[in-house]
Amino acid sequence: MIKFGVVIFPGSNCDLDALYAIGKVAKQAVIPIWHKETQIPDVDCIVLPGGFSYGDYLRPGAVASRSPVIQSIKRYAVNGGKVIGICNGFQVLVEANLLPGVLLTNQSTRFISKIVPLEVVNNQTPFTNLFQKNQLIRLPIAHKDGNYFTDPASLRMIQQNNQVVFTYQDNPNGSIENIAGLCNREKNVLGLMPHPERACESITGTSDGLLVFQSIVAACKEAK
Amino acid sequence: MITIYVNVQPKANILDPQGKTIHHALQNLGFQSIQEIRIGKRIKIIMEAASVKEATAKVQEMCEKLLINPLIEEYTLEVVS
Repeated sequence: MIKFGVVIFPGSNCDLDALYAIGKVAKQAVIPIWHKETQIPDVDCIVLPGGFSYGDYLRPGAVASRSPVIQSIKRYAVNGGKVIGICNGFQVLVEANLLPGVLLTNQSTRFISKIVPLEVVNNQTPFTNLFQKNQLIRLPIAHKDGNYFTDPASLRMIQQNNQVVFTYQDNPNGSIENIAGLCNREKNVLGLMPHPERACESITGTSDGLLVFQSIVAACKEAK
Repeated sequence: MITIYVNVQPKANILDPQGKTIHHALQNLGFQSIQEIRIGKRIKIIMEAASVKEATAKVQEMCEKLLINPLIEEYTLEVVS
C-alpha cells in the first residue's frame, strides 16, 4: 500500500475530502500532517489540500508557505519526494517557490464553483501517467484566485520543459495559456486549481479525479 | 519607536480587476475624468530600532521574506518618526 500525507493548515477545508478520496475511494494509507510539524513522517506523497489557509491573509498561500512544515516539504521535494498541491495547495506551492508563477484574482473578480472541461496535456508525470495524452476530462473548480500568471521568461521555460500538465478547455479565470495545473522541472511537484479529490466517485458528477491518485500510486509502486 | 508604512502596489503589467471594477463604479457615479485606478495596500509597522536606518533595513528584509511577492507587486517605504 502506498502512503499519503495530507497537510492541514488553519483554514484548510478540503483536507477531509482528500483523506476520504485517498483512504476510502483509492484505498491507500493516508495520514494527516499538522502544519506545525517540523519532521515529515515517512510517506510516498504529500498532499497540500484546498481551502483558505490563514484566511488568505496578505496573499493566498503566503502565510502557509512560510510555516514550519513547508521548510521540511521543501527538503522532501528537493530529494525527489512527490508533492501535489490542490487549489489553495497550488497557491502555497507558488508562494513557497516550489513552482514558478503566481495565482491572481480571477479576471471576473468572482468566485467560480463549477465542473469544467480540462485537457491532460502531459501524461508523462507521476500524477497523470494513467491518462491518455490530450485526454479530455472534467473536474470541479472552486476558487476566486486561480488566474495563473508568470513572466514571459519563466513561461518559456515552463513550456520548453513540458511543465504544463492540465489546461482549461474554456478558460474560466483568465489564466495565461489556459494553464490549470503545472509541475516543476523535475516533475515531482504538481500544482493544480481543479479539485481531483472532489471528483473520485460518480455521485459527485465526475470521477475523473480518481485517476490522478491512481497515477500517483502507480508511479510510487514503480519507484519501489 | 519607529513607524514605517509599506505601500504596496500591483506592478504596472499586472491586471488589477478590483481597480477596474472600482473605476467603472466611479464612472457610473459621474466621475468621468479618471484615467486608471490601481488598488494596493498599506501595511503599518511599529517597531523598536536604534535608528531609522536599522528599522528600514529590517522592514526591507520583511518585504523580501513575506510581505511582497516581487513577481506581481512593488513597494515603497514611508518612515514616520
